[in-house]
Amino acid sequence: MIHSLFLINSTADIFLEKHWKSVVSRSVCDYFFEAFSKASDPENVPPVIPTPHHYLISIFWEKTFFVAVIQNEVSPLFVIEFLHRVAETFQDYFGECSETSIKDNLVIVYELLEEMLDNGFPLATESNILKELIRPPTILRSVVNTITGSSNVGNMLPSGQLSSIPWRRAGVKYSNNEAYFDVIEEIDAIIDKSGSTVFAEIQGVIDACIKLTGMPDLTLSFMNPRLLDDVSFHPCVRFKRWESERVLSFIPPDGTFRLMSYHVSSQNLVAIPVYVKHNISFRESGASGRFDVTIGPKQTMGKTVEGIVVTVHLPKVVLNTDLTSTHGNYTFDPVTKVILVWDIGKMNPQKLPNLKGTLSMQSGVPKPEENPSLNIQLRIQQLAISGLKVNRLDMYGEKYKPFKGVKYVTKAGKFQVRT
Amino acid sequence: MNYAFRLFVTFSAGEIFELKAELNSDKKEKKKEAVKKVIASMTVGKDVSALFPDVVNCMQTDNLELKKLVYLYLMNYAKSQPDMAIMAVNTFVKDCEDPNPLIRALAVRTMGCIRVDKITEYLCEPLRKCLKDEDPYVRKTAAVCVAKLHDINAQLVEDQGFLDTLKDLISDSNPMVVANAVAALSEIAESHPNSNLLDLNPQSINKLLTALNECTEWGQIFILDCLANYTPRDDRESQSICERVTPRLSHANSAVVLSAVKVLMKFMEMLPKDLDYYGMLLKKLAPPLVTLLSAEPELQYVALRNINLIVQKRPEILKHEMKVFFVKYNDPIYVKLEKLDIMIRLASQANIAQVLAELKEYATEVDVDFVRKAVRAIGRCAIKVEQSAERCVSTLLDLIQTKVNYVVQEAIVVIKDIFRKYPNKYESVIATLCENLDSLDEPEARAAMIWIVGEYAERIDNADELLESFLEGFHDESTQVQLQLLTAIVKLFLKKPTETQELVQQVLSLATQDSDNPDLRDRGYIYWRLLSTDPVAAKEVVLAEKPLISEETDLIEPTLLDELICHIGTLASVYHKPPSAFVEGSRGVQHKRLPPRTGSNESVESPESTQPVVGQSADQPPAVIPSQGDLLGDLLNLDLGPPASTVSSGPTSTMQMGAMDLLGGGLDSLIGTSFGSPAVMPASLNAPVGGGLGDLFDLGSNVGIPCGSYVEPKTVSKYPAQCLLFSLRFSLLKYQPFISYLTISSSQVCCGICEE
Repeated sequence: MIHSLFLINSTADIFLEKHWKSVVSRSVCDYFFEAFSKASDPENVPPVIPTPHHYLISIFWEKTFFVAVIQNEVSPLFVIEFLHRVAETFQDYFGECSETSIKDNLVIVYELLEEMLDNGFPLATESNILKELIRPPTILRSVVNTITGSSNVGNMLPSGQLSSIPWRRAGVKYSNNEAYFDVIEEIDAIIDKSGSTVFAEIQGVIDACIKLTGMPDLTLSFMNPRLLDDVSFHPCVRFKRWESERVLSFIPPDGTFRLMSYHVSSQNLVAIPVYVKHNISFRESGASGRFDVTIGPKQTMGKTVEGIVVTVHLPKVVLNTDLTSTHGNYTFDPVTKVILVWDIGKMNPQKLPNLKGTLSMQSGVPKPEENPSLNIQLRIQQLAISGLKVNRLDMYGEKYKPFKGVKYVTKAGKFQVRT
Repeated sequence: MNYAFRLFVTFSAGEIFELKAELNSDKKEKKKEAVKKVIASMTVGKDVSALFPDVVNCMQTDNLELKKLVYLYLMNYAKSQPDMAIMAVNTFVKDCEDPNPLIRALAVRTMGCIRVDKITEYLCEPLRKCLKDEDPYVRKTAAVCVAKLHDINAQLVEDQGFLDTLKDLISDSNPMVVANAVAALSEIAESHPNSNLLDLNPQSINKLLTALNECTEWGQIFILDCLANYTPRDDRESQSICERVTPRLSHANSAVVLSAVKVLMKFMEMLPKDLDYYGMLLKKLAPPLVTLLSAEPELQYVALRNINLIVQKRPEILKHEMKVFFVKYNDPIYVKLEKLDIMIRLASQANIAQVLAELKEYATEVDVDFVRKAVRAIGRCAIKVEQSAERCVSTLLDLIQTKVNYVVQEAIVVIKDIFRKYPNKYESVIATLCENLDSLDEPEARAAMIWIVGEYAERIDNADELLESFLEGFHDESTQVQLQLLTAIVKLFLKKPTETQELVQQVLSLATQDSDNPDLRDRGYIYWRLLSTDPVAAKEVVLAEKPLISEETDLIEPTLLDELICHIGTLASVYHKPPSAFVEGSRGVQHKRLPPRTGSNESVESPESTQPVVGQSADQPPAVIPSQGDLLGDLLNLDLGPPASTVSSGPTSTMQMGAMDLLGGGLDSLIGTSFGSPAVMPASLNAPVGGGLGDLFDLGSNVGIPCGSYVEPKTVSKYPAQCLLFSLRFSLLKYQPFISYLTISSSQVCCGICEE
């Protein structure tokens, strides 16, 4: 089980340690630092590192490494999942999970870690329960606390921890009862030089924000549940009813949570919302290159594509760029010389956005072997590109009428165009 | 709460004094703030143990937060202040009887974390009560506490009978308690591998399965891992467990998913393959595995390592999912490399065009390690999918045209392998390869190129010039290149004896007289003697037909694979090594094995799961180098005699033993045929080796070679197989006619005469 946890920032300083069993010396992290110095990029540090007496399992989360030390054979996924849960909890409590926010809230961090893990076994990881045990800091509360002398620690038994629905706290009361669902789909795709799709799939999630009084029992049904063949659910969803009726039946946790995630695989046809016309070339003689990229709508189901950002990792030999864009702005910092970012915003189908011009390059060095890949971000509101549609939401167990809403959005995930 | 940050920056003796005063203050609020400051500095690794008595004094309070903070402090420093920690015991014992279950649980939890022997004695009574507490929250906390106590003082836990109480908790009415009891027992069992703590029977399995549906995600992981250790009585029980575990595949927690995959992979081994359910289960396994790949990169990495195993065991599960393994340019490097590995494993005639297009794309990426591996992957595809070989070769040629140094070198290394696999098919490309001779600076690539030149010397007009150019810097080359160069020039000489006499003399003298490397010298001497005594035999030996190489060279050997399948989701599955090989303190870890299939007709269909390692080579055409592990053992195993009869079939017998056995047995059958020793050897280790060498030595003394004193047959068993080979090589040196016999049936590695 998990022995100790070290939090390390991206300049390789340990800024927090927590031991659940005997104390493990900080020097164990030297093995991590060794791997860290070898990696070209913090993201490339391998997640599992063996040392003579321990194993280090780490995640990299917003510039912070969470390094767990374990001593015996244990499932690494279990550790990684748990570390992600810790990071999410910090994010939830402090608004961001950064070195500064952690250092500002050291005592709460320590209390949280103590509640989340006991002797290496996860104890309370549901945000509903944790918030009952340890209240998140707010400016108002810290002011009130100093005046009244009350504390951040709840003084009651976390009732949810014992019930058969551990994810929901008891005695929830709202004056406005609301249930919102966000259907968010991300397209992961690789498009090759000629514009044909090498690989495409849709990662979808349904995030819920539910503020309902009492113990509501909800049933969410879809127009076309057949689309979903690969799903994973929040523990609250009754799997049997999904299997037999293809509806989501559940007693929700209080607040925001991820109800389900799904995956529409490459076997089904995935609609690609935009096409990219590109002409990037480097002249053999060196010293200059051409850059010409146009983006146009492809399968957008009649919706507007917005929030388009094109990111290009230009080869190191490119010294500067001289480009003009018909839409939006582009930035390229000639000093760091890594990324060209072209922020287009909304696409106007009548006048397609285009960015074109010359690249000045280091002379005397051979031209780059390969053309850079384009990474594209985009957003389409009110559309789930897989075609998934929520049919209705029913509530049982409570008498009031809740306000209900569903929002759809499609985004580009890892959407890459090879040139 | 910025004081925490301030403390982090400065901390002096004066401040300790100040804190001390605050801790002893009468004002509750001041006390609490002081304890908070202490905790904050403790968290960042400052030593505040000097304040121990003052902090412990704050423990007697009804303020829950203050109590918790003091507990936090105690857990950290009790070890360094054991005498002081005793002062806290009374409060703990009192808290364990508090009407509030939260406080009871907190007290028992904290006590278990205080790793002081004197305190543990006082812990026993409260713990016993808490294990039978009416409140499940207290019971589940107490269950974990038993594991903590066991870690501190195992004997005490056994004497007090806590283990039995813990076993009883498996049938508790509350699923959370069950899960924690299972977790605690699993942890204790790990340090007692033979203790039968988790003695599972159908009744307890049923309880676990019921608890599985209702407990937390972490509890599900513990229960699933525990289930995986159970061996069902028959295929029906196996199927019913599988049916109840399958819903876990849709869990949002990837660790739950992978643990469920482990249970299913293990138990489906028992299901008859013609069962409808079996096919359905296979179909159900694919989507969750694919979903794991859309998670965070760290999770992907672990998932990919496991998928690598699953793909080897049951390729049918993911055979249609090739595309999800395509690499994205912003994947971390460790994910890229794993994806590439799996792509090759899944490559087949149906998808090879796609795979090759991808690999070619990767070969132009920026990251050098990844590019190298991509180029190698193209070669592996060529060897694996025969129909694609031609396309692979032309892809490789395209890559060589890019003139990127490391791409060219990798390409040449893999083209050598392709030549080995498909002799006399793609030699037309040799000219292109020769053009790049000068740019090669890595030993492996140089060695590969030299091999190609030597092997096809008759087709390369200026082969002698090419090799001679290498010879100039002979002493600066690495051993690999030197050996290869020696062999290549001898080959060249045997093919074109007239023009190259001088060259061969030169290399032989370089190898035998000017080199300190025994391998090189020995090889040089062997060639020299061969060439001088019997050129015809030399030709037969050196230019003998080579065994083909197969695509399976990188598969995990089947028994290990089966063991690893039982460890899916664990560290073992990430390292692809059995836990016994690396987990510290795992004395006598039992090797887990897949359960045998119940239908008797099935064993024929899946020989890999029931037969020992070596049995497999018997199924393959004799001229193919089999897959796994110790090349030496394999080569010997393959080429010498009938292996199946001489090898001990225990699953744990290591490769080394296998090699020695086979060496003995093989030698014996070699020699046996001509000298009449018994043809079938006993399976024990010492006897065949001794026997084999003994025969050899008899033989030696007949022709008057004084090698009997060099290696005593009795001591031989202590030496590794390589050593034996060496002595064998040494003694054979002087008995020339025997060599040709040996090398015809034996392999190149055995004496290193042919090549490599």
